[in-house]
Amino acid sequence: MDLSFTPAHEAFREEVRAFLSEAIPPAHAEKAQHFAHFAHEEVMVWHRILAKKGWVAPHWPKEHGGPGWDATQRFIFDEEVTRAGMPALSPFGLVMVGPLIQRFGSEAQKARFLPKILSGEEVWCQGYSEPGAGSDLASLRMSAEEDGDHFVVNGQKTWTTYAQYADWIFCLVRTSNDGKKQSGISFLLVDLKTEGVNVKPMETLGSTPAFCDTYFENARVPKENLLGPLNGGWTLAKALLGHERTLVAAVSQTERTLQQARHIAETTPSPDGRMLIDDPHYRRRLVELELRLRAHRVTNYRALAQQQKGHHPGPESSILKLVGSELVQAADELCLELMGPSSRSWFSGDIPAAQHWVGSQYCYNRATTIYAGSNEIQKNVISKLILGLPQK
Amino acid sequence: MDFDLSEDQKMLQRTVADFAKANGPDRFRRLRDADGTGWEKATWSQMGELGWLAVPFSEAHGGFGGSLVEASIVLTELGKALVPEPYLASVCLAGQALAFGANEAQRTAYLAPMMEGQTSLALAAFEAGARFALDAIETRAERTGEGYTLNGAKAFVLNGHAADAIVVAAAIDGELGLFVVEADDAGLQRTTVRLFDGRRGGELRFEALKLPANRRLEEAPASKVLERALESASAAAVSEAVGVTKAMLAMTLDYLKTREQFDSKIGAFQALQHRAVDMFVESELLASIALEATMLAATAGEERIESIAAAKHQLAKGGLFIARQSIQLHGGIGVTDEADIGLFFKRLHVLNTVGGDGDHHVRSLL
Repeated sequence: MDLSFTPAHEAFREEVRAFLSEAIPPAHAEKAQHFAHFAHEEVMVWHRILAKKGWVAPHWPKEHGGPGWDATQRFIFDEEVTRAGMPALSPFGLVMVGPLIQRFGSEAQKARFLPKILSGEEVWCQGYSEPGAGSDLASLRMSAEEDGDHFVVNGQKTWTTYAQYADWIFCLVRTSNDGKKQSGISFLLVDLKTEGVNVKPMETLGSTPAFCDTYFENARVPKENLLGPLNGGWTLAKALLGHERTLVAAVSQTERTLQQARHIAETTPSPDGRMLIDDPHYRRRLVELELRLRAHRVTNYRALAQQQKGHHPGPESSILKLVGSELVQAADELCLELMGPSSRSWFSGDIPAAQHWVGSQYCYNRATTIYAGSNEIQKNVISKLILGLPQK
Repeated sequence: MDFDLSEDQKMLQRTVADFAKANGPDRFRRLRDADGTGWEKATWSQMGELGWLAVPFSEAHGGFGGSLVEASIVLTELGKALVPEPYLASVCLAGQALAFGANEAQRTAYLAPMMEGQTSLALAAFEAGARFALDAIETRAERTGEGYTLNGAKAFVLNGHAADAIVVAAAIDGELGLFVVEADDAGLQRTTVRLFDGRRGGELRFEALKLPANRRLEEAPASKVLERALESASAAAVSEAVGVTKAMLAMTLDYLKTREQFDSKIGAFQALQHRAVDMFVESELLASIALEATMLAATAGEERIESIAAAKHQLAKGGLFIARQSIQLHGGIGVTDEADIGLFFKRLHVLNTVGGDGDHHVRSLL
């Protein structure tokens, strides 16, 4: 056990800071200062800057283009990037399908897909949920039937977040109806330009265009785009959920939102002439959340350190998802409450820039306890796989 | 003790419920997405003709001699359907301020046409810098000649964008004053702004706005008038919240009884059953304290302050719990703008701020 930073790590922190102060575009810095939402293209600008530096995929092994950092370096990097307020990168390629391709893909698939995920040339989205298959993902029905060198795909995926900006979608598809429903699922990579694939964006509760429905009508997908074995997709899906839940530990997002809450508290006057941060009630609530975040952050780094030693994320990643999602929501609730009468704003009125996105963010982030496996499902996972409680 | 409605009150409730059924969330959404004020004058006049806008006012004031109980019956039913006409702003916020503070001529000029549905009103009390405190208001009135000059700004005023007359709280001579500003007064700048719940509101600026002497409400001390008006409006907002949360609970139970996952209705899962029970319990507490706060708001007893605080506290805690859990139990669809549940969710947050948020009310008793 060792929590200290070596001189080499301290030097690394300086290197990261120097890079960030050089590399962050002024428009991005201004947005960060105001806790504004980054649009997809702005996120991709930041992605390409990191890609050029070789730092876009800290968790990828060196052989696939990762920087070869140890857990402490990744910790330092995350901390500095969060402090600078840069947006989280699109996770679908870097965090989700990329590591899966590394683990389950053929050499040809690795060579075809990984470099373009790194460079940002190809953007990915996720095709998991269907209207009838949410928490019960294994009941999915989108079909892929073999036809010569192709699969013919028919069906609908929903919550295909940011599909309107994506080039590729990774899908769970049904390739067999025999046996258990989990055993007839395959993992398929689909070019969104394929004829018969249509993306329809829909508005979220935060008035942002994150969600989409994606429809497939006789879309022909080459068999070489099957990832892993035929009818073996459920194993990949479970592996990916582990990655996804580590991702939605949302440490950086919570940290940013609590920074935002602190900023609002420090700059919003209290009726007694001081600032809200001087009010013991609000101060206490903020500090309590900051302390809980600290315990959460260390839990996250324990998981990351395990991964560093070659362990794939297991059911304990459900703990991270539970705590992280609820912390994000608690931080958003505090921001909204700090705004007082101005919390009636919806991108409107004469309010400080740092409050402009609070309402939208608060509403959209109700999704954090729903997506990536709802918190109810996470509790089922923990009670079954960690606590070993009897199942019905 | 008797919490049952009288026959007349039941009749009122049924009539409003029928109206609300025909004017539900679809209409709200259509008006929200169209140009305009977000509500319809024809519907407002209809509500005036039906007498709903006059129910809480005394017969001496030209009203129906009912009480806040009748207004709360109307609001609860309107809340279930998200009816966007400015009942809370006109009848309960500004209307109560006028009922407590206006003289006969002022009531004739402002309250009477509102009761008939010819005009609508707004109350501009809170300011961002003062939060929910009335003694930190920065809008100022000065005596000039026979009248007053008003300077300052008010943000996110409910119905402030459409009101024909606005009751404005301003500091004057070291105390609080209440003034009526008319929509076409020179020196009033108003901007329509979008509010959290998709309705519109007003951002108001007063720049050397000249008011004749008869625009000041002086029948009672303004700070008392405003306090009483905000107390009544708090109780009224909680009554609307009762309707909003009942609708959310009903929609959520319906979803739990129809949505299938894992070869089962999801409502069969015990974890979700317990959640639904928690929501139900909170909604019952909210309904109870809304009734008491509504009945006590009209009295002068000190007990009313604690009851209203309890009601606003229950809205902020139990009410928002229901709102958040109803989204959670709807899953992904609940986080889209396409599902109605989110519209109710957002409305509840605005009601939470009316008359001061839960935190403000808890502090008032510390």
